Amino acid sequence: MIYADNAATTRMSDAAIQTMITLSGECYGNASSLYSIGQRAKEVLEQARADVAAVINAEPREITFTSGGSEADNQAIRSAAELGKLKGKKHIISSAFEHHAVLHTLSKLEREGFTVTLLPVHEDGLVRPEELAEAIREDTCLVTIMYANNEIGTIQPIRELGAICRERNVLFHTDAVQAIGHISVDVVRDNIDMLSASAHKFHGPKGTGFLYAKKGIRLTSLIEGGAQERGRRAGTENVPAIAATATALKEAAATLEEHAEATAKKRDRLIAGLSQIPHSALNGDAKKRLPSNVNFCFEGIEGESLLLLLDDRGIMASSGSACTSGSLDPSHVLLAIGRVHDVAHGSLRLSIGDDITDEEVDYLVKNVGEVVSYLRGFSPIWRDLTSGKKPFIL
Amino acid sequence: MALYSEKVMDHFRNPRNVGVIEDADGVGEVGNAKCGDIMKMYLKIEDETITDVKFETFGCGSAIASSSMATEMIKGKPVAEAMQLTNKAVAEALDGLPDYKMHCSVLAEEAIRSAIEDYERKKRGEPSLTVKENVESEDN
Repeated sequence: MIYADNAATTRMSDAAIQTMITLSGECYGNASSLYSIGQRAKEVLEQARADVAAVINAEPREITFTSGGSEADNQAIRSAAELGKLKGKKHIISSAFEHHAVLHTLSKLEREGFTVTLLPVHEDGLVRPEELAEAIREDTCLVTIMYANNEIGTIQPIRELGAICRERNVLFHTDAVQAIGHISVDVVRDNIDMLSASAHKFHGPKGTGFLYAKKGIRLTSLIEGGAQERGRRAGTENVPAIAATATALKEAAATLEEHAEATAKKRDRLIAGLSQIPHSALNGDAKKRLPSNVNFCFEGIEGESLLLLLDDRGIMASSGSACTSGSLDPSHVLLAIGRVHDVAHGSLRLSIGDDITDEEVDYLVKNVGEVVSYLRGFSPIWRDLTSGKKPFIL
Repeated sequence: MALYSEKVMDHFRNPRNVGVIEDADGVGEVGNAKCGDIMKMYLKIEDETITDVKFETFGCGSAIASSSMATEMIKGKPVAEAMQLTNKAVAEALDGLPDYKMHCSVLAEEAIRSAIEDYERKKRGEPSLTVKENVESEDN
């Protein structure tokens, strides 16, 4: 079996599993209790906070643990909107291919009287800093641009975007869910005011993530209740999962550069192999992308049937086709980079693990090629394309 | 895989009656690439009975399985009976489809109807609509 859907979720690392199991048994105290096992849980919690903060060059108090990336995105945007509203600033800038945790929160704010500008991401899947500079207005209270895209893996010029926001005195949030633990992220170097992360994307547990907010930024609590997380998120902390998050992140950070370099080589081998399939195209910039991400469109076929047949061959992948999303529209990310519907339905995302071998990459190439060609064999679209009734798009 | 019934997966993995009938008596094509599903049915008809049927489908697993099942259900049947085939019957024969995939069975029903209508038009000496449609390219 080749698990090539690491952008969806990752397997927990053995060390993270061990942390979680051990602490679930030994460290069950409530971190808010004053007796010793409660205080022990509190210590573990604060150590995890310090560890996580260190990896992204933040201070421990700037980290709030959440239930994951979506909650962190919601809280960051809601908080910035609240702060903006106090100053009469109700304009937010984002990009056209953000995660729905961001886009749906923004739509809700629009219904509450905010104005949202979505920057184009162009054919290469990259935001242009000059377009951000132009879009910032007097009443802009927040810019939120993802660090790396979850579908096509393109890495945004975050440092430059952050610098523009600093210069114009606008809060800058980045959804770094796909980036953290995979590429170098430094909130100081990258001029980031707020950042969202999710543990299960870097071999940590599901249901845990964190929000970094530069000190001085007042966070609005989405969940009312106790005073946990310095009043920024109520609810008894999931200490074993939070500690496992820190374990996984420290591990990822320790080997980040060598893994990124090695994985990028496999990615490039995979891209080179899949490019041999006729009438196919890579989605997003070939180099400014996550080391693990490969995303292709194959003309004349539909993504779900491709995924099912790959599953039969032991390959786990994902697609941006409508049929995999439960709606009639294909992925908004692929449409944002200018892929037409017909082509976007035939997309395949392979997000490889850093332990993938050359042989496995070649197995992927061979099997994707065979399945694409099989499906094209009885596709009426492919017949129209090859008989010249319709022009090829790719 | 829990997404589909075993019957759906069987027809998806081993679709029956895949291909083209070059001298078809009726051809029907429904759906569009924008929505992600296109089905094309080819019928061979003798004495008002469907003697052969082939299909081509661009679409998801349930679209391919629905096409396959529908062709099996009308092969050897009188045209009038095939015209009565409902999407419900196709879905039931597949041991059910997820709610949001029911439109795949609707497409199968429509594709067969469209192919039979094409045959009826030809019988009356009218031009084939399917062929005309295919000449236009619907790119966006």
